[in-house]
Amino acid sequence: MTDFVMPSLGADMDAGTLVAWLKHPGDAVRRGDIIAEVDTDKGVIEVEVFDSGVVDQLLVEPGTKVPVGTPLAVIASAAPAAPDRQPQEIAKPAPPPAPTPPAVEVPPPAVAWTPTAAPRKVEGLPLAARARELARALVAFAAELAPAQDTVGALDAPATTATAAPSRLRISPAARHLARELSVDASSVTGTGPGGAITRDDIQRAATPRTRPDGERMRQAIAAAMARSKREIPHYYVAHDVDVARMSSWIEAENERRSVPERLIPAVLFIKAVALALREFPELNARWQNGRAERLEAIHVGAAIALRGGGLVAPALHDTDRAELGELMSRFRDLTLRARAGGLKSSELSDSTITVTSLGDRGVETVFGIVFPPQVAIVGVGRITTRPWVVDGQIVPRSIATLTLSADHRVSDGHRGALFLAAVDRLLQEPEKL
Amino acid sequence: MTRDEIRTALFESIQRIAPESEPGNVPSDADLREELDLDSMDFLNVIVRLHERLGVDIPERDYPQLFTVASAVDYLAAHAGV
Repeated sequence: MTDFVMPSLGADMDAGTLVAWLKHPGDAVRRGDIIAEVDTDKGVIEVEVFDSGVVDQLLVEPGTKVPVGTPLAVIASAAPAAPDRQPQEIAKPAPPPAPTPPAVEVPPPAVAWTPTAAPRKVEGLPLAARARELARALVAFAAELAPAQDTVGALDAPATTATAAPSRLRISPAARHLARELSVDASSVTGTGPGGAITRDDIQRAATPRTRPDGERMRQAIAAAMARSKREIPHYYVAHDVDVARMSSWIEAENERRSVPERLIPAVLFIKAVALALREFPELNARWQNGRAERLEAIHVGAAIALRGGGLVAPALHDTDRAELGELMSRFRDLTLRARAGGLKSSELSDSTITVTSLGDRGVETVFGIVFPPQVAIVGVGRITTRPWVVDGQIVPRSIATLTLSADHRVSDGHRGALFLAAVDRLLQEPEKL
Repeated sequence: MTRDEIRTALFESIQRIAPESEPGNVPSDADLREELDLDSMDFLNVIVRLHERLGVDIPERDYPQLFTVASAVDYLAAHAGV
């Protein structure tokens, strides 16, 4: 048996509110499966389970706020799932009692309906969670009324049996998750996938503008994290101008031959070069914990993404140094879309080993970032500008970008920081090898 | 496809990337990127979406022609065979 605990999704996070369980007792889970939704200052985050097995017990009810590290569920070692899942009482932890709003019952349907399973009780849940539970019950009802069709899956109906209902939505798992995230009633969406399956694109089109993370809460979270960083981390700063003429020409030529969806932007090359340079400077790919720097084997560059209306997140591009540029670009595009729509996963928020921030699009030539603890460094990328540059003794116009490094002086010194930026420069001079 | 339909496709492509934006309220000669706070990744995503919807392959060197609503509609109309 292993405990699934409230994860830390950032240095500034002390607690989180469980919004909804996406798995139930008896469900088999694999490492990386989304098991719950947690509300944080950065919005509602999908949380992944770290162990494979079977959900044995849910320990915390939706709507409960618990500190980081609090056990949320118990995962039993992998075993066949029970054929008939029975609803289980969820034991309450010992938090302070929350106000109890009036119980909300699922309204009786206009036609006789013998549900395959009773909706879960919704009393005591916050409004959003209650609405979600009602939606699940109504979708299950609608699915049973729909004409029989091939099934791919259905939005989770509360405590259903393993036997499929005669008519279920044909919807991909990814689309089902997105529908839940965007509060879209998938039963009302026309699918355009194979056999009329509802795809992520279909859900995206049907979505109305989402509720984004509370700007004030995010501002407070950023304020706390940055104040802590400045208070605890002795920063040093170095800057390095890079001739990116060759890189820019290479990108232009590449994008001429690549299809539109595969095109590259300079930011991805900067990120890949930073990741590769970290192999030579592992002290910058570390976390400051327990009074010392702990070097990390994997390199997950966090790409700072500004949120329209204020705030920013820096989700991780996992194994950045090992990803091919096209794949990195595709993942970065997806991260950007989900970051601004509010669909990031917990591992993407908590796994970054270094951050790269770029303000070149905003016309900024030089940006010195603030290290985001427990990371020990952050790289800044400025706008690519045409500047006078000396080449073979002649002053010529060249495309130049200023790279910066802000780093924890407890872990590294300016000399190593300067060599690191020089290594990034060297890598950018051979973009075809990135 | 009419110019109005192209304009609609352009606005819907932008709104898919920036759901909170109102591209219809942007002056036709204003820079969309500045008015709607679109960065280079956003702009590329809009280009990809236009490619998917209209079948128009927009080379990078032509990107500046899509910076305003007016010029974007002209460009897309010319390349979509309107």
